[in-house]
Amino acid sequence: MAIYTMKEAKPAPTGNRGVIFWLRENLFPDVKNSLLTLACLYILYTIIPPLLNWMIFDATWTGTKEEIVNSGARWIFIVEKFDQFIYGFYPENLHWRPNLVAILSVAFFISLNVISNNKVKITIILLFPIVCYTLISGGWFGLEAVPTEKWGGLMLTVLVAAVGIIASFPIGIVLALGRQSDMPIVKTLCIGFIEFVRGVPLITILFMASVLLPLFFHDGIEFDKLLRALIGITLFQAAYIAEVVRGGLQAIPRGQYEASEALGLSYWQGMILVILPQALKISIPNLVGSFISLFKDTTLVLIIGLFDVLAMVTLTNSDTNWLGFEVEGYVFVTLIYWVCCFSMSQYSKSIERKFNTEH
Amino acid sequence: MKNKQLPTDGNGFLNNPHYRAILFQVVALAAVIFCGFYFANNMFDNIASRGISTGFSFLNNTAGFGISQTLIHYDDGTSTFLDVFIIGLLNTLLVSVLGIIFASIIGLLLGVARLSSNYLVSKLALVYIETFRNIPILLQILFWYNVVLAALPSPRQSLSYLDSVYLNNRGLLLPEPIFESGSLAILIAFVIAVLSVIFLVRWSRKRHDETGQDFPIVKVSLAILVIAPCLVYFVAGQPISAEYPELKGFNFKGGLTIIPELLALLFALSIYTATYIAEAVRAGIESVPKGQKEAAKSLGLKDYVILTKVVLPQALRVIIPPVINQFLNLTKNSSLATAIGYPELVTLFSGTTLNQVGQAIEIILMTMAVYLVISILISLLLNWVNAKMAIKGR
Amino acid sequence: MKVTKLALLMGMTALVPTLSHADTLDDVMKKGVLNCGVSTGIPGFSAADSKGVWKGLDVDYCRAVASAVFGDASKVKYFPLTAKERFTALQSGEIDLLSRATTWTATRDTSLGLTFAGVNYYDGQGFLVSTKLGVSSAKELDGATFCIQAGTTTELNLTDYFKSNGMEYKAVTYDTSGQTIDGFKNGRCDAVTSDASQLYGLKLKMDDPASVVVLPEVISKEPLGPVVRQGDEKWFKIARWALYATLEAEELGVSSSNVDAMLKSENPGVKRLLGVTGQHGKDLGLKNDWAYQIVKQAGNYGEMFDKNVGKDSPVKIDRGLNKLWNQGGLMYSMPVR
Repeated sequence: MAIYTMKEAKPAPTGNRGVIFWLRENLFPDVKNSLLTLACLYILYTIIPPLLNWMIFDATWTGTKEEIVNSGARWIFIVEKFDQFIYGFYPENLHWRPNLVAILSVAFFISLNVISNNKVKITIILLFPIVCYTLISGGWFGLEAVPTEKWGGLMLTVLVAAVGIIASFPIGIVLALGRQSDMPIVKTLCIGFIEFVRGVPLITILFMASVLLPLFFHDGIEFDKLLRALIGITLFQAAYIAEVVRGGLQAIPRGQYEASEALGLSYWQGMILVILPQALKISIPNLVGSFISLFKDTTLVLIIGLFDVLAMVTLTNSDTNWLGFEVEGYVFVTLIYWVCCFSMSQYSKSIERKFNTEH
Repeated sequence: MKNKQLPTDGNGFLNNPHYRAILFQVVALAAVIFCGFYFANNMFDNIASRGISTGFSFLNNTAGFGISQTLIHYDDGTSTFLDVFIIGLLNTLLVSVLGIIFASIIGLLLGVARLSSNYLVSKLALVYIETFRNIPILLQILFWYNVVLAALPSPRQSLSYLDSVYLNNRGLLLPEPIFESGSLAILIAFVIAVLSVIFLVRWSRKRHDETGQDFPIVKVSLAILVIAPCLVYFVAGQPISAEYPELKGFNFKGGLTIIPELLALLFALSIYTATYIAEAVRAGIESVPKGQKEAAKSLGLKDYVILTKVVLPQALRVIIPPVINQFLNLTKNSSLATAIGYPELVTLFSGTTLNQVGQAIEIILMTMAVYLVISILISLLLNWVNAKMAIKGR
Repeated sequence: MKVTKLALLMGMTALVPTLSHADTLDDVMKKGVLNCGVSTGIPGFSAADSKGVWKGLDVDYCRAVASAVFGDASKVKYFPLTAKERFTALQSGEIDLLSRATTWTATRDTSLGLTFAGVNYYDGQGFLVSTKLGVSSAKELDGATFCIQAGTTTELNLTDYFKSNGMEYKAVTYDTSGQTIDGFKNGRCDAVTSDASQLYGLKLKMDDPASVVVLPEVISKEPLGPVVRQGDEKWFKIARWALYATLEAEELGVSSSNVDAMLKSENPGVKRLLGVTGQHGKDLGLKNDWAYQIVKQAGNYGEMFDKNVGKDSPVKIDRGLNKLWNQGGLMYSMPVR
């Protein structure tokens, strides 16, 4: 009886494998593409080496201003002003407080994934913002109070973004439910708000919050400049979240709504237990996209006179000892934003891929 | 909820979902009205107790400040705040329209490059997209304005091209066309050319539907559009001449100056928005099922025909709505010009005018109303396009 | 549930009118802090140093008012405002006092619901140009491009000046003084025009201060002063007399270093000012030592001037019109008597 023995597969013909094959297939398949490839290589050649030289090889990393001899970036400016970029005017001896908040935030997110007891979870969720606010603002438990004008830099940027994201989330969900509701008045009110906010630029909303909001209240009621900006940003973001969540709600099959009603669940029970968990899950990529936009939009607070990390570039450059370092400042801030936004968008893409395979 | 049987056992007013819905709405409406009333009441109180002027009569007052770019006639001695409002609006529209054109061109090229079979081209486009869409637009505007402007030479050391186009830190100077009498004829010729092209397109489509014969419509149309006005131009005795910018005193006189603020803003807006348009184009083209292309290929259609007759008509349906949304975003983002002093609506009206007049409520409401109208118009356009492009079963 | 909500709403509606009142002094005392509107950074007038501490002539005025009200110059909260925010911030009650190099004009004094409390700096609009331009007079600036800060009287004066001299100009308008000077540094314009005092400050912000020059022409009157809301006479008078007290103190030779000794002075004028005799503080609604506290903690006008913009400051502006009236200037306090 003949025994079948596996023969080793022959390698592909030499013309169809290896680096050269890949190059020929992907870069030089025909004349037109070859020219394109060469053009791209030329572009890379003109951009990459000078950029690397400026940023790394010819850059000055240490020393004092007077010792600069290299022609590249003068990163000592960033090193010198690093604290201001990160903390703004926050008192130097109290920097440990924002640092502690940063560590707590990491711990907070880990604990949310680890702890399974819902009661503990909710307690943590409710307690966390209070603890953070107390730590940063002070005034209690013997902590020295730091007024909001002194908050600045990356700390302020992250704070504005975080508050905007967290506070707008419940408002956005309620608005989305209102827009999908059967009640005509509620529906009209929600649509009116959402479309109004989405129709105007954020800057006009910030202007309104910073200039007009105090006119809407009586003398006794006072708003901090930062608080007003936060209100403006939260309302703005809520309208966008509402639209994202609405997309998710519409994607839930009608049967799910009917099933929850058939089980005798009330409207809110059905929404919270059946519909929203599914709708939010499929909206996660879009929600992250919306958060990225918000994070980028936090730069606008500089126009109403708050000192976020971008405003710090201008401010540190008006120091008479450090004039003319705008480029380094802009590049540094660009890197911060780019790293944050890029990693968030990669995260959202990975979630999208995960969902795709589940179907 | 609507179709539920109302309970009849008198289990209480609040347990009836129908009445409960009504009650809930009444409460919501009352809350909103109450808040609105409360705010309006406070506002009027505050205005009255502080003696702030109200009303729109300030629009007729003389503005009296200089504006660096005016599309209509503006005299800083006699023009009013209403003129300032219109100039701001026109400048907003100018930068938005130009930005939309450039962003669409760059975005389209990038989107196509992203799908290129050439590895390097596709990856370069990806790097471009991922770089610029992840940097805040305000940062990009400030960067192009502050860093690039500082690198440009002064007027006396301008970069020049053929002694008619100059680039310096006062802007980009171009020859300005001067229209003399008789240039109207050229305009008329152009309009006639456009009308005849429209007619020709209809005719050729009809002929194609009936007989299946193709007519070289693109070439012929282009020829008509170029030749007709040129012909009239020479017949009418060359009524359009150009005024060249000339260095006089501190700066160039004459010619058309594109101010650096506009350049920086356009650059940043186009580059930024193009990344989103590119993604929309890519997603649109990828949304066309592979089978469609393969089917077209197996029918023996040429690549060009596959693209224009099979892929694009299906892809456009997916591409156009997000792209129109991006146009709206670009228009709204143009308001960030206030950071670099380009005289658009927010800078001129919510900025300078607000400060001269001090009537914050009227001014901010007017500014918001403009953007709302623009966004409503764009949504109407979007609805129209969606209706037009909806798949019609034949 | 719903019924209680409705009742709550109605209760709130009833509550609203009682919240309204317009006694600024009362409010300030209750808050325990004076909300003072200053600039986002005009060197010498109001600017935050790298630690976020506010300094300048306008800042010292805020400190003077806080000393008069609380007897503590540090009880001030500074609100950095752009030129366009400043009036609405005051109108809306966000700040109690605007001390932000604001020019006193008829429009601002009448139609904005504001009142100027006095003048703490007599200024005029000037021009800053690069020495490379080779210009020695503003009359030679025909056709030049100017960088201006938005929403200032500067814009209007420039138009008037060039119109009356039959010259042309181009204006590039920026939001903040920082952007304005950046535009000038980047060569966007040939000249910066602003209040002369600010130009000296801007000069210091240049990479090479010797490469720019302030032209001799002053094309306008710019009386800069603190502003309060219209319709609160009591608060207005405190603002006005806090300013006069700093002037009167300089005139009488009372300074922060000798004020304690001066309490024993035999000069009846000094006695009245420092509250040793008379009721001026009580009549203003303050404590009788109001002026003592001002001089002790914020200094007299001469000290403020020298420290912030005058000879002891980096800006080094000549006192000129801002000398006391008896030394040839315009600074004149109404008699404290």
